[in-house]
Amino acid sequence: MTEQIDAGMVARRIAESDRLGSPDPSREIGRARRRKEDARLITGRTLWTDDIQLPGMLYVAFLRSPMAHARIARVDTSAARTQPGVVAVYSGRDFAGEQGNLPCAWPVSEDIVIPDHPPMAVEEVRYVGEAVACVVATDRYKAADALEAIEVDYEPLEPVLDMTEALAEGSPKVHEAGNRAFTWKFSGGDVEAAFRDAPVLIERTYVQQRLIPTAMEPRAVVATTDGTAFTLYSSTQIPHVLRVMLALTTGIPEHLLRVVAPDVGGGFGSKLQVTAEEVLCLLLTRRIGKPVKWTESRSEGNLTAHHGRDQLQRIALAAERDGRIRGMRADLLADMGAYLMLVTPGIPILGAFMYNGIYKMDAYDFTCTGVFTTKMPTDAYRGAGRPEATFAIERAVDELAHELGMDPVELRRRNWITHQEFPYTTIAGLTYDSGNYEAATDRALALFGYDKLRAEQADRRDRRDPVQLGIGVSTYTEMCGLAPSRVLGSLSYGAGGWEHAAVRLLPTGKVEVVTGTSPHGQGHETAWSQIAADAMGVPFEDVSVLHGDTTVAPRGMDTYGSRSLVIGGVAVLQACEKVKEKARKLAAHMLEASPEDIEFSGGTFTVRGTSAGKTIQELALAAFAAHDLPEGFEPRLDAEVTFDPQNFSFPHGTHLCAVEVDTETGLTKIRSYVAVDDVGTVVNPLIVEGQVHGGIAQGIGQALFEEAVHDAEGNLLTTTMTDYLIPSAADLPEFVTDRTETPATSNVLGAKGVGEAGTIAATPAVVNAVVDALRPYGVRDVRMPCSPERIWRAIGESGGAAAGWAGPTESEGGER
Amino acid sequence: MIPAAFDYVRPASLEEACHVLATSGEEAKVLAGGQSLLPLLRLRLAYPSVLVDLGRLPDLHGVQDRGDHVFIGALTTHDEVMRSPVIREHVPLVALATATVADPAVRHRGTFGGSLAHADPAGDLPAVALALDCVFVTRMTGGQREIPAADFFVDYLESALEAGEVLVGVKVPKLGAGWGFHYEKFHRTAQAWAVVGVAAAVRTEGGAIAEARIGLTNMGSTPVRAPAVEAALRGAPSAAPNGNGSSNGAHDPVRDACGEAADDTSPPADLHATSDYRRHLARVLTYRAVRAASA
Repeated sequence: MTEQIDAGMVARRIAESDRLGSPDPSREIGRARRRKEDARLITGRTLWTDDIQLPGMLYVAFLRSPMAHARIARVDTSAARTQPGVVAVYSGRDFAGEQGNLPCAWPVSEDIVIPDHPPMAVEEVRYVGEAVACVVATDRYKAADALEAIEVDYEPLEPVLDMTEALAEGSPKVHEAGNRAFTWKFSGGDVEAAFRDAPVLIERTYVQQRLIPTAMEPRAVVATTDGTAFTLYSSTQIPHVLRVMLALTTGIPEHLLRVVAPDVGGGFGSKLQVTAEEVLCLLLTRRIGKPVKWTESRSEGNLTAHHGRDQLQRIALAAERDGRIRGMRADLLADMGAYLMLVTPGIPILGAFMYNGIYKMDAYDFTCTGVFTTKMPTDAYRGAGRPEATFAIERAVDELAHELGMDPVELRRRNWITHQEFPYTTIAGLTYDSGNYEAATDRALALFGYDKLRAEQADRRDRRDPVQLGIGVSTYTEMCGLAPSRVLGSLSYGAGGWEHAAVRLLPTGKVEVVTGTSPHGQGHETAWSQIAADAMGVPFEDVSVLHGDTTVAPRGMDTYGSRSLVIGGVAVLQACEKVKEKARKLAAHMLEASPEDIEFSGGTFTVRGTSAGKTIQELALAAFAAHDLPEGFEPRLDAEVTFDPQNFSFPHGTHLCAVEVDTETGLTKIRSYVAVDDVGTVVNPLIVEGQVHGGIAQGIGQALFEEAVHDAEGNLLTTTMTDYLIPSAADLPEFVTDRTETPATSNVLGAKGVGEAGTIAATPAVVNAVVDALRPYGVRDVRMPCSPERIWRAIGESGGAAAGWAGPTESEGGER
Repeated sequence: MIPAAFDYVRPASLEEACHVLATSGEEAKVLAGGQSLLPLLRLRLAYPSVLVDLGRLPDLHGVQDRGDHVFIGALTTHDEVMRSPVIREHVPLVALATATVADPAVRHRGTFGGSLAHADPAGDLPAVALALDCVFVTRMTGGQREIPAADFFVDYLESALEAGEVLVGVKVPKLGAGWGFHYEKFHRTAQAWAVVGVAAAVRTEGGAIAEARIGLTNMGSTPVRAPAVEAALRGAPSAAPNGNGSSNGAHDPVRDACGEAADDTSPPADLHATSDYRRHLARVLTYRAVRAASA
């Protein structure tokens, strides 16, 4: 018999165990509500994009380049056109006049090179997987079959795969203009002085390997038209941005284009994009006049959903012998891939302000060179620039601690911003509004049993135990809540960072919240309902949240960069307040009192000092009936707010990881993991818990498992989940999570954002632990992912191989 | 991805299955649980013209205790194998290895015979069948034959099965008293294929190893035995010199013997491991498997 899992019981247990104690039962904010969207999501009663069926719908399949770099000499679609069920076959040339270029909305520098990027290649292909032709057929099987009948002659060109080689004299070029996309610099303080005669200098190079975002739901697009207006359904994070960009790209007028993001099964940044497939499906429905659908396979997604990370980081820290950091240099090469997509060049720049982490220092210098290669473009992936920065500083600080013979936690204490110093303007120019690194760290150390683990580590080292214990720490912060529009403007970003909300009180007293955020797994329907329920004094169940359809929710900036709660949630709260102000006037009118004498509590407006009152539901009906309204009062109780933040928000936390490294096989096992995060005020602890768990899992994925690997010809080798390893629950330890709560001062909710925190924090915590385990062998770095073979070889290459089977013998060192 | 078109036949009897397979020739593929075949179809790495689904043939299903051996029907699922009291009692190595195959969902679909007939050297069961000297029972139109495991695995994804020949089941010999077993699988994630696996059956007698059988997973184009280790282990003391079997100084004849585990192997190199690293793992894991089996 199958065991029945009582989800309610699970949720209650989690709520009970919440260490923040039981929140005020009269308030929704702070309650560990189970997500109201989950029932339909996990029972298959929702509509994913691929579920959409429209009358007469046709199916699209794309023929993709098998070459990393080649000139397209000839595309012959004639045989494919005669295949059964095939309606049309097009090459890039067939759309050359109308397909335009995929947009890049973030030209980060004056010198930036933005190459043409046709959705279907016309003259040249520049990565394996680039679309060169498409088939439209009556079902997806026939479409896939017909792809095999398309003939393409390629004239091979040299692939460009390594960033350093790409910048060298005489390298083959990805584009005519060369392989340098841009150079972006930032400097604060006197860097020369900080490094001059520095008593301690740490110089390291770290490789941020290329990652594949691997959202659970593959990308899918449905496009349809009635001959005048167009509707595009897409598994996207950004229906609003997409609508604007598609209007600009295709020439379809914005007011005749509706974009819908139905329920979306994860994105992690990979669906923050304007894709070739979205543009082409629109163009195909325009040309053919029938609805079309495209759904990627997992392998197709691995190839062509944009990739993440892929940076080479040269890091230098100058410090005093007492551990005080004087200055930092970060010099990056960032792999753009073959083209600049929506925010490709901006990703490393988002990290530029984070390399100094939570530390005080006198000087900081940052340079980033964007490099073209013949690979799939990179773009946003959970954390987007900030995980890379955090990794670099947190790894380098550990190296400094080792160099000084100092405990890595103690070294951090000596350098971090103390809680009395907030608000604090960092050397990178950001003003951290609030935080308490001491509190989070102290709690994490206690939960972790730090001293006991250190003692065990010493014992295992003494015993030369083949299984060594390593302890890794990561004290991170990040800039969340993207973003103040004026800051985005100063960084040359193509749009603002505001968010929109509308709140409508319906005649029966129920509440509709319309949000411009576009959830794809974050639980906005639940959290926004909690915010509105508290603000309006209505039951949680009486609130519904509408989103993801540009007709239903016409204004928005969508969901990415841990922005939704701290900007979109604040907009919801402010819109509720506006509605309440209107309702107060109506209540005053009905109660024949002055608005100033009206108090609001628990959903009822009362005249101060009396029992006379009107519930918000009564007021809703009265506004609807409109029989007796105050002078000039429009007969509706609703309001809209567009909120533009004044500052970023800065969640922080301390993550501690203990690993056991089997030196005979190189296998790393995470023994314990403690995360104490400070994400400000928590609206729903259960959702926060889920975000932290998933984030840590993804961070561990980068540390130990994940890497997009190309061969010497530029073929992606990790096209399946057999080759691209992501950890499942079975590979992960139990996470011990806790929180401190230092509210953000930059928004009325006090929230800071939690979507990326776990991912940012976890990767350096795990790698620091792995390296810590291997210190006795002379190892000071292991390239990510820290695979068993890499660890085994690192032990051998360090020359510190112990007796027995730890590390390779000389004869085994030949490969790799 | 999307498979190319194929015909689908679901025979009602073993005779019919053999007939269909014989008349369809090389183009036909047997479908059992689909554990390995469906991914090949989806990726268009295989283009069979006809799939012969054996799923409804009752003769091929189930586990029988037949005195000196256990007979496992080819269509018995992994989940049934790992839970079978007969298998757990008499041929526990089969259950131990099967429990490491993929994940529960796959184990409910994938079959014992299908995994063996697929002849993937990275599969966990071929090395076990080889170590235990299993016998493969097959049927074809007008006949049947028995193939020893040593002859069954011909090359990478190639078994001794001929066109029109169906694997009916496998005879797993009971090894009797004094034997211990272990399957040591090294993989990077819980659901991943073995980078290297070691199936060990060890008989101890009077504080020494009397007999050992070692099968290696993913150390060549077929599963392989480690005859040098098997020979070298004979007579070695079964207790570890320092109790925990680790790399401390004391001389350990078992460790020396297992140092020969990679001899005469040609392990593959792929994204997860180079050949050298696989050779190294074979030695370490064989040692661990032998220690666990003789504990």
